[in-house]
Amino acid sequence: MIKIENLHAKVNDSEILNGINLEVKRGEVHAIMGPNGSGKSTLSKVIAGHPSYEVTEGSVTYEINGKGKDLLEFEPDERAKEGIFLSFQYPIEVPGVSNIDFLRESYNTICGHQGTSSVDEEEFREFLKPKIEMLGMNPSFLNRPLNQGFSGGEKKKNEILQMAVLNPRLALLDETDSGLDIDALQTVASGVNKLRSKFNSIVLITHYQRLLDYIEPDYVHVLHKGKIIKSGGPELALELEDKGYDWLIN
Amino acid sequence: MSSDSNLIEKEYKYGFYTDIETEEFPKGLNEEIIKLISAKKNEPSWMLEYRLKAYRHWLTMKEPSWAKLDYPKVDFQNLYYYAAPKKKESLTNLDEVDPELLETFERLGIPLSEQKRISGVAVDAVFDSVSVATTHKEELEKVGVIFCSISEAIQEHPELVKKYLGTVVPHSDNFYAALNAAVFSDGSFVYIPKGVTCPLDLSTYFRINAKETGQFERTLIVADEGSYVNYLEGCTAPERPEHQLHAAVVELVTLDDAEIKYSTVQNWYAGNKKGEGGVYNFVTKRGHCLGKNSKISWTQVEAGSAITWKYPSCVLIGDNSQGAFYSVALTNNKMQADTGTKMIHVGKNTKSTIISKGISTDESINNYRGLVKIMPSAKNSRNYSQCDSMLVGDRAGANTFPYIDVKNETATLEHEASTSKISEDQLFYLQSRGLDMEKCVSMIVNGFCHQVFKELPLEFSVEAVKLIEMKLENSIG
Repeated sequence: MIKIENLHAKVNDSEILNGINLEVKRGEVHAIMGPNGSGKSTLSKVIAGHPSYEVTEGSVTYEINGKGKDLLEFEPDERAKEGIFLSFQYPIEVPGVSNIDFLRESYNTICGHQGTSSVDEEEFREFLKPKIEMLGMNPSFLNRPLNQGFSGGEKKKNEILQMAVLNPRLALLDETDSGLDIDALQTVASGVNKLRSKFNSIVLITHYQRLLDYIEPDYVHVLHKGKIIKSGGPELALELEDKGYDWLIN
Repeated sequence: MSSDSNLIEKEYKYGFYTDIETEEFPKGLNEEIIKLISAKKNEPSWMLEYRLKAYRHWLTMKEPSWAKLDYPKVDFQNLYYYAAPKKKESLTNLDEVDPELLETFERLGIPLSEQKRISGVAVDAVFDSVSVATTHKEELEKVGVIFCSISEAIQEHPELVKKYLGTVVPHSDNFYAALNAAVFSDGSFVYIPKGVTCPLDLSTYFRINAKETGQFERTLIVADEGSYVNYLEGCTAPERPEHQLHAAVVELVTLDDAEIKYSTVQNWYAGNKKGEGGVYNFVTKRGHCLGKNSKISWTQVEAGSAITWKYPSCVLIGDNSQGAFYSVALTNNKMQADTGTKMIHVGKNTKSTIISKGISTDESINNYRGLVKIMPSAKNSRNYSQCDSMLVGDRAGANTFPYIDVKNETATLEHEASTSKISEDQLFYLQSRGLDMEKCVSMIVNGFCHQVFKELPLEFSVEAVKLIEMKLENSIG
């Protein structure tokens, strides 16, 4: 699905990624863990195409219609149209834009690009119903301005709702568990699990092992100073929970 | 057609010119011209006297310079003050409209002919100095609503015109209002009788066509006790390399328990990227809430004109009366706007609301200027003001000049103001959901304007969103 080779990236002249190598295959779930400031969020933003980050070396190859393409050549909206989705750690507020209008615009744009026909508002509400229920969201929430005045948990649920609507091929979930209480965490995790399939891939970025109790990854990687310093199976996460990061870093 | 003019066509689709035979009076302004205008309209002597009084007063006045606007002085002697399409001899019926004019308005999206006209909206179409047609008149007459050109009202309803004309905006009010009172050519007149809710939305469409011509629109709307009317106004002009002048006066009067909602989408030609051409829009709009519990609201989307000087205001005279001003002003290229409102509280328990949203892009300047005045008699009055500015790019300017004058200590005033830029994070967030840059910007800007757009009638708000998108497209590209 995606192959990252020797990726270096910087923001405001400070080097954040220092040669990342990572391959995520179709149907796989990878967890990326690591202490604060290790470059986890940066990695997800570089894959999604945030303009503040400059790639200085390396490559990111993404599979489109069975062919590997240079993802770094794509604008952020083009990446989204090709099925890349980033769930933001801090979802952005956009005053005055209704959540449902935004979501429908996004759905119609992306699905239009992928060959599905557009839906009108009524059809879209029907389409959303089960997804909203799955996430235990209040439908009134669709008419509110995008992320404005949402609680931390509501914002995160809204991100996963977007993921459920857009059905991405590659989902990057950046600290989706932060700010969630245990009930909300379970709801969100079960939502993600329902979206997991052999056709798509998920990259979980998380600080704590907690999320991985609910969404079991196939692989776990530890990031430190912009490099993957250790990779393993789900048992690695448990080990980290037990011992912290220090034994790997030193 | 060169690719250059193709591009302009795309930027301003109303920029075409109708080649029609025009009757115009000689250039320049003097008492003779005013007498000619008055005679042309077959006006009673009181009207001519009013015009001459205004003209003589105007001669003693100076063009105001307090607005934060920078433009070369207008040469008032180098303008035509009257231009009207010539009636073709082939048209036998007096009410018949020149097909060329019908076609022009159709191209502007305002069909006038019986079969095609828009249902639910009555339209008065003004072309340069004259009203060419007013639709749905009979239907309105049935409920006693008068909707016609001001010229016709002076003939047919002189008692009403005499009673109210110049009572809200006196001829001595300001430089442009005095000029307008002297030379006004056409505009609309509306009278809603007691207890009547106007069954149709009323709308006036102003079109400047002739070269080097000033358009001096005069509109008067009177809502008698317990009546209601929704009034819409639209304006466009052809692209011309030289500036055009539009100096309008609009007066609104509401008696007890009456309400007027007045909405404008102003899309006069704004000039090109270099700042050449475009309309100078010097407008005085004011409403008197004369009666108790009466309401006036001004909603405006100002997206055109090279220079905008406009402060639709409310004088809240009746107890418990309410005034509102909802405004979106978008400037791009080298446009300059100095716009806002005045809310003058006179009666007890009067309330006013001001929501102003300014968006400036390119090298444009966008100023909000507003006054909230609480008179000693205005016990327990309230005002809420919110003025937000958004800058797109780093060459545009925005200023806010809120003036407050409180002479009664029981009044409550709230004021909020903000200036923002579209953040990179907002753009990235929307882009990462598949929306291209243009769509992201227009979504953020439309969201920013949402509080104002929701005050517009539905078709108008759709048009406003499209207009803003089109303007931004050319600024971001």
